[in-house]
Amino acid sequence: MTRPVLEVSGISKGFPGVQALDDVAFRLLPGEIHALMGENGAGKSTLIKVLTGVHEADAGTVVVGGAKASIKGPLHAQRLGISTVYQEVNLCPNLSVAENIFIGREPRRFGRIDWKAVRRRSAELLARLDLDLDVTAQLGSHSLAVQQLVAIVRAVDLEAKVLILDEPTSSLDRGEVARLFTVMRRLREDGVAILFVSHFLEQIYEVCDRVTVLRGGRLVGEYPIGELSRFELVAKMTGQELAALEELDEESPEAVRGERLFALEGVGRTGAIAPVDLDLYAGEVVGLAGLLGSGRSELARLVFGADAADSGRVRCGDELVSLRTPRAAIERGVAFCPEDRKGDGLVMDLTVEENIILALQAARGWTRPLGQKRRQELVGEYIRALRIHPPHPHTPVKNLSGGNQQKVLLARWLITRPKLLILDEPTRGIDIGAKTEIQRLVVSLAGEGMGVVFISAELEEVLRISHKVEVLRDRRLVTELANDGTLTPERILQTIANGAADR
Amino acid sequence: MNRAAALTRHTLFWPVTVWVVLLLANVAFTPGFLSLRIREGHLYGSLIDILLFGAPLILVALGMTVVIATGGIDLSVGATVAISGALACHLIAGGHGLIVALPVAIGASLLLGLWNGLLVTRLGIQPIIATLILMVAGRGIAQLITGGQIITVDSDAYKMIGGGYWLGLPFSILLVAAALAVTLLLTRRTALGLLLEAVGGNAEASRLVGIRSSGLIVLAYMFCGLCAGIAGLMISSNTLSADGNQAGLWIELDAILAVVLGGTALTGGRFALSGTVVGALIIQTLDTTIYTAGIPPRMTLVFSAAVVTVVCLLQSPAFRAKVRRRPPAAPVPSAAEQEATA
Amino acid sequence: MTTALSGLARRAPFTLRRRHVPVLVTFGLFLLAFLTGALRYENFGTGQVFLDLFIDNSFLIVVAVGMTFVILAGGIDLSVGSVVALSGMLCAIGTMRLGLPAPLVVLLVLLIGTGFGTVMGYMIHVFEIQPFIATLAGMFLARGVCLTISENQISIDDAAFDAVALNSLALPGGLRLSYGAVIALAVVAVAFYALQWTRTGRNVYALGGSEQSSVLMGLPAGRTKIQVYAISGFCSALGGVLFALYTLSGDPTHAIGMELDAIAAVVIGGTVLTGGSGYLIGSVLGVLVLGVIKTILSFEGTLSSWWTRIAIGVLLFGFIALQRLIGTRRGSRTG
Repeated sequence: MTRPVLEVSGISKGFPGVQALDDVAFRLLPGEIHALMGENGAGKSTLIKVLTGVHEADAGTVVVGGAKASIKGPLHAQRLGISTVYQEVNLCPNLSVAENIFIGREPRRFGRIDWKAVRRRSAELLARLDLDLDVTAQLGSHSLAVQQLVAIVRAVDLEAKVLILDEPTSSLDRGEVARLFTVMRRLREDGVAILFVSHFLEQIYEVCDRVTVLRGGRLVGEYPIGELSRFELVAKMTGQELAALEELDEESPEAVRGERLFALEGVGRTGAIAPVDLDLYAGEVVGLAGLLGSGRSELARLVFGADAADSGRVRCGDELVSLRTPRAAIERGVAFCPEDRKGDGLVMDLTVEENIILALQAARGWTRPLGQKRRQELVGEYIRALRIHPPHPHTPVKNLSGGNQQKVLLARWLITRPKLLILDEPTRGIDIGAKTEIQRLVVSLAGEGMGVVFISAELEEVLRISHKVEVLRDRRLVTELANDGTLTPERILQTIANGAADR
Repeated sequence: MNRAAALTRHTLFWPVTVWVVLLLANVAFTPGFLSLRIREGHLYGSLIDILLFGAPLILVALGMTVVIATGGIDLSVGATVAISGALACHLIAGGHGLIVALPVAIGASLLLGLWNGLLVTRLGIQPIIATLILMVAGRGIAQLITGGQIITVDSDAYKMIGGGYWLGLPFSILLVAAALAVTLLLTRRTALGLLLEAVGGNAEASRLVGIRSSGLIVLAYMFCGLCAGIAGLMISSNTLSADGNQAGLWIELDAILAVVLGGTALTGGRFALSGTVVGALIIQTLDTTIYTAGIPPRMTLVFSAAVVTVVCLLQSPAFRAKVRRRPPAAPVPSAAEQEATA
Repeated sequence: MTTALSGLARRAPFTLRRRHVPVLVTFGLFLLAFLTGALRYENFGTGQVFLDLFIDNSFLIVVAVGMTFVILAGGIDLSVGSVVALSGMLCAIGTMRLGLPAPLVVLLVLLIGTGFGTVMGYMIHVFEIQPFIATLAGMFLARGVCLTISENQISIDDAAFDAVALNSLALPGGLRLSYGAVIALAVVAVAFYALQWTRTGRNVYALGGSEQSSVLMGLPAGRTKIQVYAISGFCSALGGVLFALYTLSGDPTHAIGMELDAIAAVVIGGTVLTGGSGYLIGSVLGVLVLGVIKTILSFEGTLSSWWTRIAIGVLLFGFIALQRLIGTRRGSRTG
C-alpha cells in the first residue's frame, strides 16, 4: 500500500458555541482524486481551512509526506505542497492573468522581476490546459469560469503534491467542467493527490476514486466510490433524511392553473437574453432549466425588473404594465429571491425580524412604519410556519445557517403576499433537510394559487416540483416542456444539448 | 456574569464609560466641577459649558451619523460650516435682515448636501471621494464670499443663535436638543432608520426589495448639509463674525471621530445616534479637562490622539481578543464560518 | 497554436490600455495648462519655470509618492501633513537647540517618520482599526507633538542645511535645479522601480485589488500593509526635511492640509482611491498640474489664492467623473 501524502487524525476544532470538527481522521493517497462530502455544517470548510492553515486545530495531528507538520498559514501550506482553489475565485482582478499566476514567486533576474519570463511561462502553462488567453489582459476582464481555471493553473504550478478544489465547478458550464476533469485526471497520473469538494453527485461519481463523508463535524467513513451507491452516499451524508426525499417524489404536482398573471411578449435584454414569450399563471410552477450562463437567471431578473428589459412588453390581464424596476414589479405582486443570498438578498447585520419585514416596509414607505405588535405577529407567524431556527426574531441573520437564511428570505416575500414568486436557486448550498422543506413549501404555495418561477441547476429538483419546464440555452428560450409525468431529466438534457442551435 | 458580559458588549458601554471617567477626572481636579448655579436667570456650570461649546460638533456629528449609516461619509461638512456662516454674515453685513440671511444660508447648505448626494447616487462616486471635492473647493468658495476677509456683523438677533439664552439655557443647547429629538423621532418612530440601515448594510439587496435608496441617500446628505449649515450659523453667530478659512476647520474629522467613538461602524448599517452624542461629548469634555487640569492647551491634540487610540482599541474585537487571551488565542469566527458551522 | 501563444507572450509591455487613459489625460492636461501659461504670460514658457515646478513642489512630490503606495494598497494616510511639520520641527530642534550634526539629525528624523508610519500600519493591520481613523489619530498626535515642542517658528541656521538649500545643481542652458528637487526625483525613480519590478511593489497592487485573495494566495498581506504605511511615514519625513530645506525653518503650522493636496495629486494622477489601480508617474503629474495652477495664479497676480482651491476642486471632479466614465472594473454577472 502506498504511503499517504497527507494524513490527519484526531482533528478537533471548536468555535464559540459550535464544535466544528470532532476527532476527524482523513488521509489522501498520491495519485487519487478524493471526494470530501457532507452537508452544510458537516465541517468540510473547517477541515479545508485547517489543512490550508487558515485555522489552527485545537487538537490532532497533521502528517504531510511522512513528517508531522503544524500548518501556520496559506503560504506555509503551499511550501509544504498543499495548494487550494476556492469556490469564489481568490485572485486579484486588477492584475494581469500572467501576474496572477506568478505573483509572490515571480521569476527574477538581477533582483528585478523578469516580466518577459512571467508572460512566457504563464502562456505555456495555460496552453497545457488548452487555454488561449491574452496573458497581459486584466484578470477581471475574463469570465468567472476562466478566472477559476487561471486559479487552478496557479495552484498546479506551485509544485503541489496535494491540490484542494473547494467547489470549483459551481460556476463552470458543462464544457468547462469536462475540461477541468481532463486536467484533474492528468494531474492524477502525475501523482498529485486531489481533494475535491462538490455538491454535484454526478461529478463525484464521474471523476473520484474514493470518498470521505463527514456529518455534524464527525467522520462517518471513507469508501471506495465504486462500493457506494448514490443512495447510500446521500444516506450517509444526511443520516435519516432519505425517506423524506422519496416521500416527496411520490407527490406528483397537480396542475391547478388559475388566471394568467403576466404575459411576456418578446421581453429581452441585449447581451443577457434574447426576446422571450412566456405566460405565467397563478397556481403554476414554471421551472427554468438550462446550464449556468444559459440565461435562466437573466430571464428571472428581467421579470422582476432587477435588470431593465430593452425590448418587448409585459401584459397583466389586458393591461400593458412596466416591470422595469424592482419597485414596479413589487407593486404588481412579483417577489424575487436572488441566487446570491448574501450579496443580493439579506442584510447580514440586521436581525431576522428586520430582514423579514424589509420588503413590506419598503412597499409601505418610511412614513408608515409597521406597528410593534403587528411586526411581532407577522414575524412570529412565519418563523413558526417556515420553522426558522433559532426561532428568535432578534438574532442577527448572519448567525443563521444557509438554509435558515434562505427561509428568512422566503418569509420576507411571503408576508407581502405576492402573486408571483421567483426563486433563483433557492436550494443551492443548503442541507437536504431544509431543501426538502423548501420544495414542499413551493408546492403548497402553488396549491394555494401563487404563481412560481423556479430555477435550479438540479434537473431532478426542477422536475419534482414544476408543472412545466422552460428550457434555456445560449441565452435564449429554446422550448417549453409540459411535466406530464413522462418527462425525464435525460430528455431535458437532450433538449438542452440539441435544442435550436441556429446561431 | 452573563449580564455583565452583555453590558460590556452594549454599543454605548465603552463610550459612556470613557465619558464618565473623563468627568470624574475633572472632579478630581476641580471638586465643584459638576455643580450648576443660576446667575441672572441663566444656568451656569462646567457641564453647561461643555454642552454649549460642543453644540456645533454634536449637530454636525448627528448629520454625519446618518450619512455614515448609509455606508457613506461626508468630508465636506467643515466647508459647509464655513460657507453657511460666510453667507449669513455677508448678507447681514450687506444690510439684509435675518429673514433673508438665514433661509439663504440654510438653503445653500441643503444645496451643498444635494450636490454631494447626487454625486454619490447619480454618478456612483465613492462617498469619500465625492465629498472630498467639496471639502477642497468649499473653503475656496467661502473665502470667495468673504473676499478673503473676516466679516464682522453687529446683530443682537443673530447673536441669539450661538450665544443667546432662552428659558435659562443657552439657545444653542436647546437647538441641539431639538435637533436630536427630531432626528430620533424621524429615524426610530418611522421606518427611516431601518431603511437607512438596510441601504448601508447591503445596497444591492435594498434595491431588490424595492427601497428607493437613491432618494434616501440624497436625503441623508441633505440632512447632513443642513446640520452643518446650522452649526455654521452657531459658530459665526457666537463670535458675530465669519472666517472662510478657519470656521469649522477639522470639524469633519471631529465629527467622524464622534460617530466612531459612539460605536457606529464606518462601514455603514447599524447606527447609534445617542452614541454619537456621547462621542461628541467625549471630544468636548477632553478639551475642557485639558484646560482644567492645567495642561497647556497646545497639547490638546496629543490627548485627542491618545483618547482616539484608546477608544478605538477598546472597540476593536481583535484587540480585545488579544488582551483577553484566556481561551488561548481563539479567533472569533467570521460570519461565513458561523454560517458554515451553525 | 504555439506561435499564437508566443506571440501573445511577446506583446509589448506598454500597449495602450483603458487603464492608461487617466494618466495620459493628466499628462495632456499638464501640457495644456503649461502651454496656456506660456502663451498668456511672458517669461512663463521657459525651462526654468518648468524646473521651478519641481523645486517648489519637491516635498509634495515625495509625500505624494508615499501616499500613492498607501492608496494603491487600498488605504489612506491622513497623517502626512502633520508628519511633514513634525519632521521640519525636529530638523530645527536637532540642529539649532541640540546642536547635533545635520546628517545625524536627518537620519533620526527619517527613522522617526518610518517608525511612526510602522506603528500606524501595525494598528491598522493587527487591531483592524480603520485606516482613516488610525491615521487621523496619527495626524493629531504628530501635530500635537509639534505644538508641544514649540508654538513658534524656529529658523534653521546650520552650515550643512544652508549648503544644501542655498546651492543648486547647474544644468546646461543656465538652468538650475535645487538639490531638494534632485532628491525628490531620485525618490520617484526608486519608488517607480519598486512598484513595477519588485515583489513588494506587486504585493501592494495585489493587496489593493483584494486583501482576501492576497492572503489566500500566500502573499504577505499583513507585512505589505504595514510596509506601505512605513513607506508613507518615511516619505513624509523626507518631505519634511525637504520642506525644512525649502523654508530653512521648522514651524508647527507648516503643511496644514498637505494630506489633501497629496490625495488630490494622487487622484488627479489617475489612481483609484479604492486601491489596486494606478501609476506612480500619474501622481507626479498630478503634483505638477497642481503646481502649474499655482504658478499661473501667481503670474496672474490679480487672482486671489482661494481660486487655487476651487480649481483643484473642479479638477478633482473632472478626474473622478472621468474614472467613472472609463469604469476600470465592472463586475460581470453570470447565471
